[in-house]
Amino acid sequence: MQTPFGKETYLYWYEIMLLLRRFEEKAGQLYGMQKIRGFCHLYIGQEAIAAGAMTAIRDDDNMITAYRDHALAIAKGIPARECMAELYGKATGCTKGKGGSMHFFSKEKRFFGGHGIVGGQIGVGAGIAFAEQYQNTDRATLCFFGDGAARQGILHEAFNMAVLWQLPIVFICENNYYAMGTSVERTSKVLDIYRLADAYDMPGDSVDGMSCEDVHKGIERAVRRAREKGGPTFLEIKTYRYRGHSMSDPAKYRTKEELEEYKEKDPINQVLKTIMDNKWATEEEIGHINEKVKMEVDEAVKFAEDSPYPDDSELYKDIYVQEDYPYITD
Amino acid sequence: MRTIALRQALREAMEEEMRRDERVFLMGEEVAQYNGAYKVSQGMLDEFGPKRIIDTPITELGFAAIGVGAAMNNTRPIVEFMTWNFAELAIDQIVNHAAKVVSMSAGQFTCPIVFRGPNGSAGQLGAQHSQAFENWYANVPGLKVISTCNPYDAKGLLKSAIRDEDPIVFMESEVAYGDMGEVPEEEYLIPIGKADVKRAGTDVTIVSYNKMMKVAMGAAEELAKENISAEVIDLRTIRPLDWHTIVGSVKKTNRLVIVEEQWPFSSISSEISYRIQKEAFDYLDAPIRRICSADANMHYAGNLVALYLPDVPRTVKLVKEVMYMVK
Repeated sequence: MQTPFGKETYLYWYEIMLLLRRFEEKAGQLYGMQKIRGFCHLYIGQEAIAAGAMTAIRDDDNMITAYRDHALAIAKGIPARECMAELYGKATGCTKGKGGSMHFFSKEKRFFGGHGIVGGQIGVGAGIAFAEQYQNTDRATLCFFGDGAARQGILHEAFNMAVLWQLPIVFICENNYYAMGTSVERTSKVLDIYRLADAYDMPGDSVDGMSCEDVHKGIERAVRRAREKGGPTFLEIKTYRYRGHSMSDPAKYRTKEELEEYKEKDPINQVLKTIMDNKWATEEEIGHINEKVKMEVDEAVKFAEDSPYPDDSELYKDIYVQEDYPYITD
Repeated sequence: MRTIALRQALREAMEEEMRRDERVFLMGEEVAQYNGAYKVSQGMLDEFGPKRIIDTPITELGFAAIGVGAAMNNTRPIVEFMTWNFAELAIDQIVNHAAKVVSMSAGQFTCPIVFRGPNGSAGQLGAQHSQAFENWYANVPGLKVISTCNPYDAKGLLKSAIRDEDPIVFMESEVAYGDMGEVPEEEYLIPIGKADVKRAGTDVTIVSYNKMMKVAMGAAEELAKENISAEVIDLRTIRPLDWHTIVGSVKKTNRLVIVEEQWPFSSISSEISYRIQKEAFDYLDAPIRRICSADANMHYAGNLVALYLPDVPRTVKLVKEVMYMVK
């Protein structure tokens, strides 16, 4: 297969996607064992978006997403162990056991969160990009949300101002076809979500989310536009989540055949096939990567297990920046 | 000392802070070219330019969100709402986002933003333009709430709010923008979370804030004619509540009346009443009493507006009741 991307890119894609897949599989398993509580939304099936995005941006670009945030956070550079510890609610977690599954953050990695109100981060993302423009940087902001969020009013308000002010942002709708259990067809007559951009005179495009190559190309083009002060872009990346909306969802609203159809296009298998076809790695070398990923996930679980819960004194910390805020305690 | 209007005091606070810190900008409906719906930002576009004085579409949720995101990313936005009634559309961003940035990120990100604008009634504006929301926001951990309309306090507190690292809800009054007050030429700040005794007295404590301070002060004036000495406290900051100042006063006067433009259920007076009965139970010689807005929507007719709002005669009567002078 001819490809503009080289060996290193493919090996990175393979390893990061496998890590995201194995991390989520483990999270699902641990949720069943009640080691992880609360809500837990897995990314399994959507990994090509995280992988393709990461090769298309710079380390200092910004990222913000919704509550299905584990994979994007790890891809952006938050160590898997800190993410697993966060799922456990431990003090060593990426948000000290305060955020949980839906609220991963890292200021150092410029990961602006994990947000739990559907669509809320679309406007916040526009604000992050506004601040980059205000400070005259060339950083781009990737703002992710689902197909459900595309029906929220905030999308229209943020799109309008992002174009009006030419904000350096890429809005990315990860269209996995189901807003929780309600299919895209049942939420609007506009099924090509990227066309919502037309109403605001914003460039919009549809991208195959099962293909790292397509994701990379789509995001790279949009990021270049953002950096070169060409304003925002809206990408609808069509993807599929293999699991339910959250851990409590058996996904009875869709057929097994539909799921199997997407699994045949699995991005990890596709990337592996390209690697093998091009003889970029031997079976043994792939085996090493598999083993390395397994160890990283195992180590993350051990780290989470061995870590302490937050101290009771943390209850009244990080509510305000002001350290001596007079809380009402009775 | 010179005398200036509330709108000028607020403007000076913003101008001084914008000259001091490049990261501060003002965003909202009609703030730039129109010079402010109430002329608070008059002339600011000329000095600071369109990069820092930003007109928005009518899209409260959207520009509140842009403010929150920008505040998370090393800038210090001032977001003006034409009234807090319209900010209801933006409450998701204020409560679900701004108030939770610090906690959800475990202190990695902060949200130093000021949401400001006029709050409460302003004449015969009907039900949707006449609401007061201090208690809504004061209920939310992560927010600080300031409500004031005298020029001196407003300027000093707005300057502190802009410098504060936490998200601030700053409530003014539409009918008070033209009110004149003494404001020094030289710079000053007023700390957030400190009430102010506006009139010393010995017989009864009256607590109020924002434009109901005029009712409280008017009542104190009337009461003085009958040799009743009322101490009047202006809360200025609602959250955190400076209850120590109220307790100190009640220990002296033994009586407390609260006057507020707020619906009665779970109002600021509810919280004050709980705190004072707990901290000063043995000092109270009468039940704590209050006058709130009517537990109703505001109607249009002038007589009904007057009935809805606290006033001087009813405040005077209530004080006399807690003094057991009338039944």
